[in-house]
Amino acid sequence: MTISDLIHETYSALVANKVRSGLTVLGIVIGIGSVIAMIAIGQGSQQTIQDNIESLGSNLILVMPGAQRGIGMQISQGRGSSQTLTIEDALAVSQEASLANGVAPELSGRYQVTAKGTNTNTSVIGTTSAYPLIRNVQIFDGSFITDQQITSKSKVAVLGPTVRDDLFSADSDPIGQSIRIKNIEFKVIGVTKAKGGSGFSNQDDTIFIPITTNQQFLAGSDRVSTISVQAKEQKSMAQLQEQITEILLVRHNISDPSLADFSTLNQTDIVSAASSVTKTFTILLGSVAAISLIVGGIGIMNMMLTTVTERTREIGLRKAIGAKKKDVNLQFLTEAVALTFLGGIIGIIMGWLISFGVHYFADIATKVSVTSILLAFGVSGSIGVLFGYYPAKRASGLNPIEALRYE
Amino acid sequence: MIECKHISKIYKSPSVESGQSIETSALKDVSFKVANGEFVAIMGPSGSGKSTLMHILGALDTPSKGEYLLDGQNVSNLSDDDLADIRKNKIGFVFQSFNLLPRATALRNVTLPLVYSDTKKEEREKKAKEALLSSGLDEAHFNHLSNQLSGGQMQRVAIARALVNNPALILADEPTGNLDSKTGEIVLATFKKLNKIQGRTIILITHEKEVAQHANRIIHIKDGQIENSST
Ligand SMILES: Nc1ncnc2c1ncn2[C@@H]1O[C@H](COP(=O)(O)OP(=O)(O)O)[C@@H](O)[C@H]1O
Ligand SMILES: [Mg+2]
Repeated sequence: MTISDLIHETYSALVANKVRSGLTVLGIVIGIGSVIAMIAIGQGSQQTIQDNIESLGSNLILVMPGAQRGIGMQISQGRGSSQTLTIEDALAVSQEASLANGVAPELSGRYQVTAKGTNTNTSVIGTTSAYPLIRNVQIFDGSFITDQQITSKSKVAVLGPTVRDDLFSADSDPIGQSIRIKNIEFKVIGVTKAKGGSGFSNQDDTIFIPITTNQQFLAGSDRVSTISVQAKEQKSMAQLQEQITEILLVRHNISDPSLADFSTLNQTDIVSAASSVTKTFTILLGSVAAISLIVGGIGIMNMMLTTVTERTREIGLRKAIGAKKKDVNLQFLTEAVALTFLGGIIGIIMGWLISFGVHYFADIATKVSVTSILLAFGVSGSIGVLFGYYPAKRASGLNPIEALRYE
Repeated sequence: MIECKHISKIYKSPSVESGQSIETSALKDVSFKVANGEFVAIMGPSGSGKSTLMHILGALDTPSKGEYLLDGQNVSNLSDDDLADIRKNKIGFVFQSFNLLPRATALRNVTLPLVYSDTKKEEREKKAKEALLSSGLDEAHFNHLSNQLSGGQMQRVAIARALVNNPALILADEPTGNLDSKTGEIVLATFKKLNKIQGRTIILITHEKEVAQHANRIIHIKDGQIENSST
């Protein structure tokens, strides 16, 4: 029996029962399709979160006031907590921490901002000139805050593109115009480049002002909400984290590190924490979809068992004219694999369409990876072998005499 | 070419009442020979063991006791796959109920044994057509689906299928059982012709005297035993 004979037999057998074959294939299509789509959604959101975190800057260590807690808790620190960090702390870190590439203290808050006839509520970050380098912010037009403006507590502002669009218009040139933050007038000196970040930490919807100005005129205190420290290289991040802790403990006169009144957060830790969450999420989605694939496989087995029973006489005849066990086995196994493979191909296309649709209509990032397509091919083939094995074995094990007598 | 030496066949089947297995002795010490080119009928009443004998002669089954030699080869103790090889290369079957593949054409049905004997694609059609012509099917019906043919035509396709691998032995179990007497005559004439012109060895199994009389020799079987052979 050659391959082309096998294909011929399989084709004519499946075509003879179009509706039944079609419904059975549908089971696999739904299974594979949902696996592809679910993994695409999972991996897509993993990518989005990772991109978001990386858009904050690279090799970052964040120092925040308040005691050390678990990841996720620290982000909500700020206003209400103790005011332990100051600009002087930031200065000390930048002078003493040898592994730091740059240090930028910041004090942020949300304020009502108005321009001529327009207004918005947005986050205002008071910071220093080191910020753009460390936090990966680029200037689109004008300039960023200078050291001179910080010393003189100038009322100048650099707008994120979203704020520019909200207060002025998309194509306008706001430089030189004035805006009012908390009813205090600021002069616009620059616009940052769009980063396109979505979800949390949208840096496009932000106004930057000198940190000293923020402390004096808006916040009314000399506290700092975060100090961003960039490491010279990724592998020294943990070491730098220790250096920072040491420097600040000494400055704050604390001898027991567990009593520290500040906390440090390593960007690598955030990335791995977030990706472990999304990985779990992907696995969860994938396994729900895999269950439907198993149901599809059982459908294949059910159909193949029915087919074997229906074609008992045919099997008997084939054996009588010289078909061996392996010939019969191969024929039925090929039928099952053909069904699942066909289902796999259609399922991949369908899963891809679904994930495209989800991206298009629900605006959720999706990512159909080559790995998941190859995996789907492999899985659909194996489902055929797995669930076709028993029916094929039953067919090949039939006694030709009994089979020929079967009515 | 065929030699049965003291063949017995005992069927063991579980009894519903006692739970023990009951034994049916379907063949008892059967011995006979069939020479090359003979046309032999095996005749006996229903339940006499004809089909059992044919299954052994056709290498579908093995005897419980005794030896069966086909073309000098002992077929009594072979594995399933070896038996399949014997059937493929040496035996052609014709069944009472034709057993054609319904969704395949006459030609495809006749080609089927060639698929399993690894005959080259180009040769298959030629051989199948030759076999169909010698079994007397009209060329116009070659490409008809087998379930669109009449009973007589179907049995000719089945005969062609039995012929196509050029087997040493053709075994026909009640080949006229599902046919009316007139069509039956035509099918029997086909066997006769194949025996006479092509020199094929044919064993015909039947319970009807009129059918058996078409053969050159009749072996009578009753209660699993051979009574006496007549020519
Ligand atoms: N698979 C089997 N299991 C048990 N008994 C069987 C089996 N096949 C045939 N027999 C018995 O063997 C005897 C001969 O049967 P069979 O060869 O079919 O006779 P025939 O073909 O002459 O009618 C019968 O008594 C039948 O019941
Ligand atoms: Mg019988």
